[in-house]
Amino acid sequence: MRIPLSWLREYAQVPADASAEDIMADLVKVGLEEEDVHRPSDTLSGPIVVGQVLSLVKEEQTNGKTINWCQVRVVPEGQEQTLTGEGIEPSGVQGIICGAHNFVEGDKVVVTLPGAVLPGDFKITPRKTYGHVSAGMIASSRELGIGEDHDGIMVLSTLGLDPELGTDVMELFGLTDQAAEINVTPDRGYCFSIRGVAREYALATGTSFTDPATTVKVTAAAEAGLPVTLADQAPIYGVPGCTRFVTREVTGVDPSRPTPRWMASRLQLAGMRSISLIVDISNYVMLELGAPLHFYDADKLTGPITVRRANPGEKLTTLDAKERELHVEDLLITDQSGAIGIAGVMGGTTTEVSDGTGRVLIEAAHFDAVSIARSRRRHKLPSEASKRFERGVDPQVMQIAAQRAVQLLVELAGGTETARVTDAGEIPAPTVIELPAGYAERLIGVPYTDAQTIEALEGIGASVAQTAVGFSVTAPSWRPDLAIKEDLVEEVARVVGYDQIPATLPVAPPGRGLTRTQSQRRRILQGLADFGLTEILSYPFVSAAQNNAFGAPVAGTTVDAVTLANPISKEFRFLRTSMLPGLLDTARRNLGRGFRDLALYEGGLVFLPGERLGSSVLPPLGVKPSDEVLAELFGGVPEQPWHVAAVFTGHEAAAGAGFTPRAWDWADALDTARTIADLLGSPLEVAQGSHQAFHPGRVAALKLNGEVIGYAGELHPQLLKDADLPARTVAMELNATALMAAAPAVVVAQHLSTQPLATQDVALIVDEHVVAGDVLRTLREGAGALLEGIALFDVYQGKGIEDGKKSLAFGLRFRSADRTLTADEASEARAAAVALATEKFGATQR
Amino acid sequence: MSDQTTQEATETDQSVPHPTDEAGINAAVQAALAAIETAGDLTELKDARLAHTGEKSALSLANRQIGKLDKTEKAVAGKLVGGARGRVNKALAARTEVLEEAEAARILVEETVDVTAAPRRRRAGARHPLSVLQDRVSDIFVGMGWEIAEGPEVESEWFNFDALNFKPDHPAREMQDTFFIEPADAHLVLRTHTSPVQVRSMLEREVPVYVLCPGRTFRTDELDATHTPVFHQFEGLAVDKGLTMADLRGTLEHFARQMFGAEAQIRLRPAYFPFTEPSAELDIWHPGAKGGPRWIEWGGCGMINPNVLRAAGIDPEEYSGFAFGMGIERTLMFRNDVPDMHDMIEGDVRFSQHFGMEI
Repeated sequence: MRIPLSWLREYAQVPADASAEDIMADLVKVGLEEEDVHRPSDTLSGPIVVGQVLSLVKEEQTNGKTINWCQVRVVPEGQEQTLTGEGIEPSGVQGIICGAHNFVEGDKVVVTLPGAVLPGDFKITPRKTYGHVSAGMIASSRELGIGEDHDGIMVLSTLGLDPELGTDVMELFGLTDQAAEINVTPDRGYCFSIRGVAREYALATGTSFTDPATTVKVTAAAEAGLPVTLADQAPIYGVPGCTRFVTREVTGVDPSRPTPRWMASRLQLAGMRSISLIVDISNYVMLELGAPLHFYDADKLTGPITVRRANPGEKLTTLDAKERELHVEDLLITDQSGAIGIAGVMGGTTTEVSDGTGRVLIEAAHFDAVSIARSRRRHKLPSEASKRFERGVDPQVMQIAAQRAVQLLVELAGGTETARVTDAGEIPAPTVIELPAGYAERLIGVPYTDAQTIEALEGIGASVAQTAVGFSVTAPSWRPDLAIKEDLVEEVARVVGYDQIPATLPVAPPGRGLTRTQSQRRRILQGLADFGLTEILSYPFVSAAQNNAFGAPVAGTTVDAVTLANPISKEFRFLRTSMLPGLLDTARRNLGRGFRDLALYEGGLVFLPGERLGSSVLPPLGVKPSDEVLAELFGGVPEQPWHVAAVFTGHEAAAGAGFTPRAWDWADALDTARTIADLLGSPLEVAQGSHQAFHPGRVAALKLNGEVIGYAGELHPQLLKDADLPARTVAMELNATALMAAAPAVVVAQHLSTQPLATQDVALIVDEHVVAGDVLRTLREGAGALLEGIALFDVYQGKGIEDGKKSLAFGLRFRSADRTLTADEASEARAAAVALATEKFGATQR
Repeated sequence: MSDQTTQEATETDQSVPHPTDEAGINAAVQAALAAIETAGDLTELKDARLAHTGEKSALSLANRQIGKLDKTEKAVAGKLVGGARGRVNKALAARTEVLEEAEAARILVEETVDVTAAPRRRRAGARHPLSVLQDRVSDIFVGMGWEIAEGPEVESEWFNFDALNFKPDHPAREMQDTFFIEPADAHLVLRTHTSPVQVRSMLEREVPVYVLCPGRTFRTDELDATHTPVFHQFEGLAVDKGLTMADLRGTLEHFARQMFGAEAQIRLRPAYFPFTEPSAELDIWHPGAKGGPRWIEWGGCGMINPNVLRAAGIDPEEYSGFAFGMGIERTLMFRNDVPDMHDMIEGDVRFSQHFGMEI
């Protein structure tokens, strides 16, 4: 909401020298946040004066244009020019070249004299042009930044003005005024009016305030007005769409009269365009009192008015010349011709006021916020009216607003007031809220006195009666947001001042610290950074192709994904089922910026829609749902495990003097997964894997208790090529939620033996397709309890080994808990291990 | 000893004195001592040792002759030759020590490297500063005895709005710029704030509840210098008997001072949120702000609306509570002078690596 200061001054005690900034600094104390300052004089400065065209000589130019060489008097006849400066004629007559042709000798116009500055930092100076010295400019409204006039320069008589020559146009046009723009929160609809803001300003500054609503004297109805029937056949949430509908009628209106400059200036400062006098009056009253009005050309109305919901298939052409299909939930204003407007949102063309309108029917109505909000959304018609109705309009102000419009139509448009008044519907009973004594202190921690409480509540417009147990507070009609005692507490607290609230530190009960999962997650994130990787955070929005490539292990299959209804990009409307698309995009961005050696990781949620997505129930506000309903709500939320993924490309370090760094390879990806398991103390099994995003021969399936929880390895060469990423880029991803859950609750200590170690090596020849991990596990199983450790130390194929076979060399470490092992005991255990490997894989000793 | 050439060379240079020839023996000793003393390094000393104590050396050969002497001569010769060999061996040992020390010192000098030319073989990586800041904030509250609570990012509309007293069709609901999940009748959204975790926390726990809910949140903003559709918040919630807005202020002040130093102050301005009543905007006086100390908008807060307590089955007549929420990106922006949101979300390694593990 933008508040022209001159307007605010009419109803509040605003100091004469206060700036928009000063006003905002006061308003912020009561909760109206500062947004911006609008001050024409920041971009426009004089001397800009009223002049009269004494003579006008048309001169045709070689370029085909005709210009006017004008002599313009800018001081009253017989007086001398008091302004001085280069190019300002002491005689008071300026020679000015003008390209516009919409004026004649004798017209009074706006003259920007040398020294003036126009919007866009356009400085007026005397300049030689078309063979003359042009000392100034005859201005259009566009050049002054106050309108979009395409017709040419401003002829003051067409604006209904006949000022004295030399009059300061900045003053004349209200351009010395300024507006404070404030942000109005959705609960404070009444602050979308000068009336509301003036009240808040008075509260913020402790000054007095005149309610503009009380300055209007409503004419008593002497005759019946146009009959209006409120017939909502389908109220939303049981609330009728229209509860009150007031009409007034003004005859003999002259629609051709111009809007007075003071009104146009205020509207413009308030952020609205000046359109025509009648429309401007309706907007002016809305801004002043907060009640959106609608004006009909009464001669175009067909019979009585009915307010009802739309019928199926009904249509309406609205003021923006669009034919709209109406929805049965749309609340309509209708006459006997059918729909003539969507209530509170936009009127129809058939009854629109125009330059031929003589008789105006004023509508001042109160519509239900929800009904208006839905129609506005449905038809994408945000308007100043709907904005106010959605936030609640004072139902008591209808007659007053209508009267104010009548008054302005009479004063400014030459109309005649009639006593034909319709007042259909009812004013709802005011809300009465009981505020127990001491409740504000209980909630705020400030011992408010009764006097403070009453003064604050009366200040906001409530009436307060003290009772035996506290206060009985009747909320003001313009504050539909006041419904519960806490609302009143806020009013008391903010009027007395939030700065009065002291600081006390509550003591929480003894805590438990981070949960196990929280600690585990931190350990992983920190551990990978310690390990040399760099953490990134990416958006979870991916394309179907990305989700399928990384979320579905088998080529040609797809993965179910959660889909956004209103994504930022239609292509990336799916939520990730894998972390890798985001990591690879990030890797590519870094590569593009010249970073070729990358080790990136990210931890985050992936989104797995289950069989049931969401729930159809949406329980009401303010009530705890039943356990069954809660279970349904909880159960409808898709599974969102926490995944950790990493991607590596390039080398583990930058090359240095005498140092050739190692290139990252598939084993680094696998090591990262193993590191995560180590950090948690969780078991992780590694097996040959298969995943379409990975190189078919270089990917490990990461398993937990036999279940695959992730993959690690080299990404598929074709995928890397398609994604424009370096060959041999490697990656891993695993479901860390599963891995964290598998960590031991209590780690049982290993009982260390200090008996001597016996080592034995064994080389086994197996088929080349047998994987080392399987042989190792088998040896471990076969070696029995004496085996302390086993490691693969060599893999050999070639000379001395039959084609299609390979040799795997293992080192075995044996130790007993209680004695020195004999060579025979160690050999026996080794032989048992080999025997099992022979049995399972046909392994022979080399 | 197997070096024949050396032995032959030394043999020809020396005449062998008789084992009782004191002058001859002494001359051999003097020759040995001279050779030992002049040996410049361990190789030369080895040559000297072979020449003067080796099998073919004068003293060794003289010693060998002792066996052939008669008893009286044997005693004299034994003493003379033994003493001579002892002196030579002692000198050898002393010289060896000197030369070994010199050799070790020479090697150390030769092994000198240019430490400034060292390659960086292994570097620590880096956490994302948003992630570190989230931990830092959590730690402050854990230190106050609060718990950390989390919830899903795809959330039930009821938890995100209705339970928080957002009326259907109310403008406040629309102002959240919500990402909706298909189909519409599943009533799922990407949570627009971490507040649904408040409700979950109250449902899951017994009062009193003191929880901090950090996490990722979503709004349909386009990415620009100050907006991102995916961002992080932390939200605090306390429900207990007798909590007041003064407790809220005290908690925020304590937290602000932990984050920004003892001079930090907070200011509350009236505001509106459906889930709090009274509500306030929270400004912080940031003593270390770039360009000088000033007030900065930090977040929103207020006393929990009784409807929110009721939705979680808590009696608002018995308990009261407060809640507050701030943006982590915004906090990082003004705390650490990050001028552009793009730097936080693009994953450029320079951004995280500059911070390392700290913020």
